Amino acid sequence: MEIIIKPKKSFSIDFKELWYFREIFYSLALRDIKVRYKQTVIGILWAILQPFLMMVVFSVFFGKLAGISSGDVPYPIFAFAGLIFWNYFSSSLSSASNSLVSNQAIIQKIYFPRLIVPISSTAVYLLDFVLSLIIFAGLLIYYKFTPSFIGVLIILPALLISFLASNGLGLFLASVNVKYRDVRYALPFFIQMLLFVTPVIYPSNVLGKYQWLWYLNPMSGVIEAIRGGFLGGIINWQLFGASLLVSIGLFIIGVIYFNKTEKYFADVI
Amino acid sequence: MSIIEVKNISKKYIIGNQKTQYNSLRDDLVLAIKKPINWVKGARNQKEEFWALKDINFSVEKGEVLGIIGANGAGKSTLLKILSRITPPTEGTIKMKGRVGSLLEVGTGFHPELTGRENIYLNGAILGMKRKEIAKKFNEIVNFAGIEKFLDTPVKHYSSGMHVRLAFSVAAHLEPDVLIVDEVLAVGDAEFQKKCLGKMEEITKKDGRTILFVSHNMVAIKKICSRVILFKNGEIQKIGNSTEVIDNYLGLEKALVGLRELSSYRRDAKLSQEIIFNEIKIINERGLNILEIEYGEKFGVEIIYTVNVEIKDALVGIIIKNNDLLPIFTTTDFDSTFATIKEEKRLHGKYMERVFFSGISFKPGNYIIDVVSTVHMDRVVDFCENAIAFNIKDENLSNLMKDRVGVISPVLNWENKKYE
Repeated sequence: MEIIIKPKKSFSIDFKELWYFREIFYSLALRDIKVRYKQTVIGILWAILQPFLMMVVFSVFFGKLAGISSGDVPYPIFAFAGLIFWNYFSSSLSSASNSLVSNQAIIQKIYFPRLIVPISSTAVYLLDFVLSLIIFAGLLIYYKFTPSFIGVLIILPALLISFLASNGLGLFLASVNVKYRDVRYALPFFIQMLLFVTPVIYPSNVLGKYQWLWYLNPMSGVIEAIRGGFLGGIINWQLFGASLLVSIGLFIIGVIYFNKTEKYFADVI
Repeated sequence: MSIIEVKNISKKYIIGNQKTQYNSLRDDLVLAIKKPINWVKGARNQKEEFWALKDINFSVEKGEVLGIIGANGAGKSTLLKILSRITPPTEGTIKMKGRVGSLLEVGTGFHPELTGRENIYLNGAILGMKRKEIAKKFNEIVNFAGIEKFLDTPVKHYSSGMHVRLAFSVAAHLEPDVLIVDEVLAVGDAEFQKKCLGKMEEITKKDGRTILFVSHNMVAIKKICSRVILFKNGEIQKIGNSTEVIDNYLGLEKALVGLRELSSYRRDAKLSQEIIFNEIKIINERGLNILEIEYGEKFGVEIIYTVNVEIKDALVGIIIKNNDLLPIFTTTDFDSTFATIKEEKRLHGKYMERVFFSGISFKPGNYIIDVVSTVHMDRVVDFCENAIAFNIKDENLSNLMKDRVGVISPVLNWENKKYE
């Protein structure tokens, strides 16, 4: 194997190299999974408890007190269907954005494709996602809903959209965070704001004649499709397709920006 | 065929006159609004260029152990960072054959919450080992580190010594074609350092692996490196045989002459220089300048200095260091003459002082002398580091004495009586 080191200028991704370093990806992901619930009493139960408690809080405050209508569907399962994907998206986005800074010791000392760091940091939330699906199945049985076949099939593309959107934005924010630590402080507000412009708490029909706005937010297509597929109703394929396109776009922008800035990571971080 | 070829490598850093360590987004935004033209041009602050490396060229043969020395900030670490691909060069190219492993500070990627076992796998993977490779060497790694009993304890409960031993052990069992080592030997206890040096020698001798070794430990460099590069201000000052380059670095080439003119010695600008050293020489019993000293021969040092401005409480002294730059002892003229006269002033004029080393048993080898003048041991008036060196020959010495362990080799009287 011959390595040539020279000034880095243009955009380039070496897929062979990424594959060569795949074990670092597994190891970092495994580390995050192992470390996640260390020194907690109930351990991995937190992964189940967190979305469940969020659902309870949402149901009490938004469903009952604020009286947000969820149509024919009971509010708890309506909210939970949204929360499964929303939690995956927001946790991944937040950890990808902070990943470079929190792994700075490694970045300053050891070479491997930097792309591995933010993307591997989101792997742990896949585990949480699977656990939430189990509760979702329980809720479906409790509320006596029978998911459509399409609904079950749509989980994977919906997860893919959530992955592309959160990692795309995450890669971009992670690179900015290396230079401007402002990102770390602005991020929680940004994510909270995103929650309010995504139909997690409320149904998508609130926008009335401004429905087209949903096409800009990839998570709206995901959540709407899951509600359609599992809780009775129709799936808005047009919106789902738009979400896929937007998420691919976000991912490409994220990768390009990351690639262009990664050369100075070790010097600036 | 060389395994590493470095051609015209330069590295530029931009050092802005920023007050904070991190750029804040606000600063950049404010500038973008206030001075949009400058901002677009990229001249956001008055930024200064700094060339950490300038036009570096060298090559390394397979199986060679190359030492890299130089003062802090000379560019050693920047070179290693480029070689290990952590940061790209600004200009030039490097061609390397084979896998490169770096030991730029060991223990990178250790997670305190994970156990020793888990960290071996994690750290191994980060350093570029495959899981199978780690599994195969697992026992060896654990044995070398000596942490068998704590394998399943989180490393946050390890002592710092154990932490370092484990980290070095993982890294040392990495099998790259080129191993980059930076200052690892600064850590751990003496016994472990010895073990590490041994391991590095073993790696090169047995497997013919190439090592780039950066250290301030000249003994270690001399011991394991065949060739050394001396860096100064981002450039290669000297490259060649290790003893030659190290002697050049320590200023020994100029110093090992028996007599040294010190008026032209390049001094630190911060010295106050009421007293300034003119000359230092090694003398024999009769006061004659000599170059080499037989073991046991009486000899001393003569210093000539000028007092430019009348000064109170200033002492003149020397620090004797061995070839490893380990200080053996310090002696000053307060020891005898001035000790009793506290208020002694040194008046304007030129002076000569002599001191003989009687009753000190230097081992054969090179010694280096720093000459210093201070007031109350805190304000330094004049200081010439590595001002002169002398060599103690071993011709008068039995073989039994030569190989003794220790810094000095006194000949003492032993009493011997039949006890029972």
